[in-house]
Amino acid sequence: MPDTPLLELEDVTARYGPVAALHGVSLSVGEGEAVAVLGANGAGKTTTLRAVSGTVRRGGSIAFAGQSISRRSPESIARLGIAHVPEGRGTLTELTVHDNLRLGAYVRRDREAVREDERRVLGYFPRLDERVSQRAGTLSGGEQQMLALARALMLRPRLLLLDEPSLGLAPLVVAEIFRIVRELNQQDGLAVLVVEQNAALALEASSRAYVLEVGKVAVEGDSASLRRDESVRKSYLGY
Amino acid sequence: MLLAFDWTQLAQQIVIGLASGGVWATLAVALVLIYRSTGVVNFAQGEMAMFSTFIAWSLVHHGLSYWAAFALTIAISFLGGAAIERAVIRPVERAPVLTVVMVTLGLFFVVNGAARWLWTPETRSLPNAFSTRPIDVAGVAFSIQDLGTIAVSLGAVFLLWLFFRFTKLGLASRAAAVNPEASRLLGVRVSWMLALGWGLAAALGAVSGMLTAPALASFDQNLMQPVLLYAFAGAVLGGLDSALGAVVGTMLLGVLINLLGTYVDWIGTELRLPVALAVILGVLLFKPTGLFGRVSAWRV
Amino acid sequence: MRQRALGTALWLLLAVAVLVVYVLAPRFVSDFHTRDLAHAGVFFIAIVGLNLLTGYTGQISLGHGALMAVGGYTTAALVVHEHWRDVWTIPLAGVAAGIVGFLIGLPALRLSGLYLALATFAFAVAMPSLLKKFSGLTGGGQGLRLLEQAPLQVTGLSGTVTLFGHSTSQNHFLYYLTWGIGLVGFLIAWLIVRGRLGRTFRAVRDSEVAAASAGIDLARAKTTAFAISGVYAGVAGALLAIQSEIVNPLSFTFLLSILLLVGTVVGGLGSLPGMVLGALFIQYLPDLSTHVSTAQGVPDFVFGAAIILVMILLPMGAGGLLRRLAEPLTTRLYTRP
Repeated sequence: MPDTPLLELEDVTARYGPVAALHGVSLSVGEGEAVAVLGANGAGKTTTLRAVSGTVRRGGSIAFAGQSISRRSPESIARLGIAHVPEGRGTLTELTVHDNLRLGAYVRRDREAVREDERRVLGYFPRLDERVSQRAGTLSGGEQQMLALARALMLRPRLLLLDEPSLGLAPLVVAEIFRIVRELNQQDGLAVLVVEQNAALALEASSRAYVLEVGKVAVEGDSASLRRDESVRKSYLGY
Repeated sequence: MLLAFDWTQLAQQIVIGLASGGVWATLAVALVLIYRSTGVVNFAQGEMAMFSTFIAWSLVHHGLSYWAAFALTIAISFLGGAAIERAVIRPVERAPVLTVVMVTLGLFFVVNGAARWLWTPETRSLPNAFSTRPIDVAGVAFSIQDLGTIAVSLGAVFLLWLFFRFTKLGLASRAAAVNPEASRLLGVRVSWMLALGWGLAAALGAVSGMLTAPALASFDQNLMQPVLLYAFAGAVLGGLDSALGAVVGTMLLGVLINLLGTYVDWIGTELRLPVALAVILGVLLFKPTGLFGRVSAWRV
Repeated sequence: MRQRALGTALWLLLAVAVLVVYVLAPRFVSDFHTRDLAHAGVFFIAIVGLNLLTGYTGQISLGHGALMAVGGYTTAALVVHEHWRDVWTIPLAGVAAGIVGFLIGLPALRLSGLYLALATFAFAVAMPSLLKKFSGLTGGGQGLRLLEQAPLQVTGLSGTVTLFGHSTSQNHFLYYLTWGIGLVGFLIAWLIVRGRLGRTFRAVRDSEVAAASAGIDLARAKTTAFAISGVYAGVAGALLAIQSEIVNPLSFTFLLSILLLVGTVVGGLGSLPGMVLGALFIQYLPDLSTHVSTAQGVPDFVFGAAIILVMILLPMGAGGLLRRLAEPLTTRLYTRP
């Protein structure tokens, strides 16, 4: 394990207006690690990701590659190499698939590499390749999720934040998405922080996991042991 | 019957209509630009264009040629538009729509007042953009002025289209208008995209003003008020969220109004605008998105 | 129980205070300013109506100046062509504008948000042209002059008015007439807002889909709102005609419509008391702007800048501020400790 984790959250709070959603969350993601954040609805999972990407009012300490990002704007956080695939995917529906991907690489200046990445990414998602000139709004839910993921990859991020990738999608599509994520993590060393309601899937795809309850970390540990731990599964994960 | 009909006159009136439409079109595209990026109709767009026209006049008055003044004014207007967005729109970016509409109404008075203060109310004129000679096309005489106006208007809109379609900045701008939250996550500085949109809209408005003024013998601070109304009408006809619609809508409107004014006596000059507005209303009731728009004028 | 009684007592006290101010105000200001206040009263009536439409039912209208024109010209036409006494034309002016308001409400059933704003704006813009076109009735570009009609009693040249045997100065009469009607109008609006119709309006504003699925007839609600606000605008227009003694197309340009909306928003959408402040704002700010400088364009500039500042600082208008200030008091009165 490297000395400084890639991402480190210490006692992070967050609120939506007057309502506090996180009450002191501490977690970390190491270089090249895949970490899952689990918990029931309203536990604060999505908010945690938003705190990292800067899209919610937050307090506490958030450090990325040793630098503090707790005061940065979302735009500058993206420039550091953190790609957030939000809940609801954030598809730019009016734009074509190709334009969505181009935009994913907005902050990059290496045009050749961007073109290469687009080819590579379309290779991962042949269905997107077929629809490259179509308006993104005409894609199915599963395809839009793939597009959102592909777009995030165009950033060549060091850390991928994935929010509920399985939401509203058929099991086959979900399995495909997680397979690709696992591959990216294991082969390319992409660090992943994935938020999921479907705990089983998330535990299979990650090496460590945190379980949130009411805005705080209730349980943490390596995914394999959590999977085996029946009491944890029953009380926090619903299966 | 067909031979007795004056085709020449029809052709000429169509071109004249297209020329008025062209001037309205550039302003209409400016309105669409701001509507798409900021979500409001900028009621001050016409006054901003008028202000730009006065700047052009001052430049010409100080010795610049028309086209040099044209270019410089566009640059100044771009900066002015962006500055206005930063100063006055940004503070209310997250306020309800009606609040922002109010701000643009306030801006209407601010810009109009500033123009009245900086330049005296006497009328003045801009030199002709094009030669006033008529030109012969297939045996019909057209005014170079009209053809030139159509060309410059469409050219300006076309350049803008190229920018949005093919440049990275244009892409980011489009994205920021469609989904600002998602765009932020990709590193787009959405706030600056808004300023860019306002700058481009102001530049387009300047084009509109600088094409309107020379066609008139003289102009004053009320120059752009009728143009704004026709631009609204044309933009609504074409669909407020479609630039193509705005262009087609205003050109169509220009031709329609001109033909109606020429061939239907009862309408005359006073009722041209109400007739145009009635046509718009009619279209909206049957095709609520306008001819090309996608966002429905109808409530769900 | 005691809290309720206290609350009611305070409201009664407020009502009495308002009445006292209404009755006594002209004693404390010059005759000239009484005239100004009467003019502000015209705005007040119009924007109370507009608030019912825009603030409570959520329908934007940039055309209420044109509805005022309908009222104003109805009064003028009746006085000039049919020799009515001006004050008796007011109800008819209101009805006429109400009908036109209803007709405008019909396309509103299908247009939303900004499209509605533009459609009503178009109506406002077209109005002067329409008025000039049908000159037989409207006197065309010259307009109609109420002053010269012999049977006219309100504005005798001696400057006094006789109504039901009592006489007062012209400006005082106009003030009392306008604000009297204004207070009645306010009361009616308040009753509407508190009653079922008000709840219907608010439901339509908050979510048409939800309102429709709750069984609300959207068409009826919207056209009713337009009609009612039209009546208010018509009455205001009639009073304006009576005050100015002349109507012409220039009295009712789209600038008036903009001014009315500014007054409504600055006063506070959904706040009836705020409308007093809104009316005073649009009455006095243009005047005050001329005090800054009478140089060409500066008053407009100041006026526009003031609107922008108010919108930035008080996005909920004066009414919002009033509500925030009154909150500690009202929560104390209406919630259990």
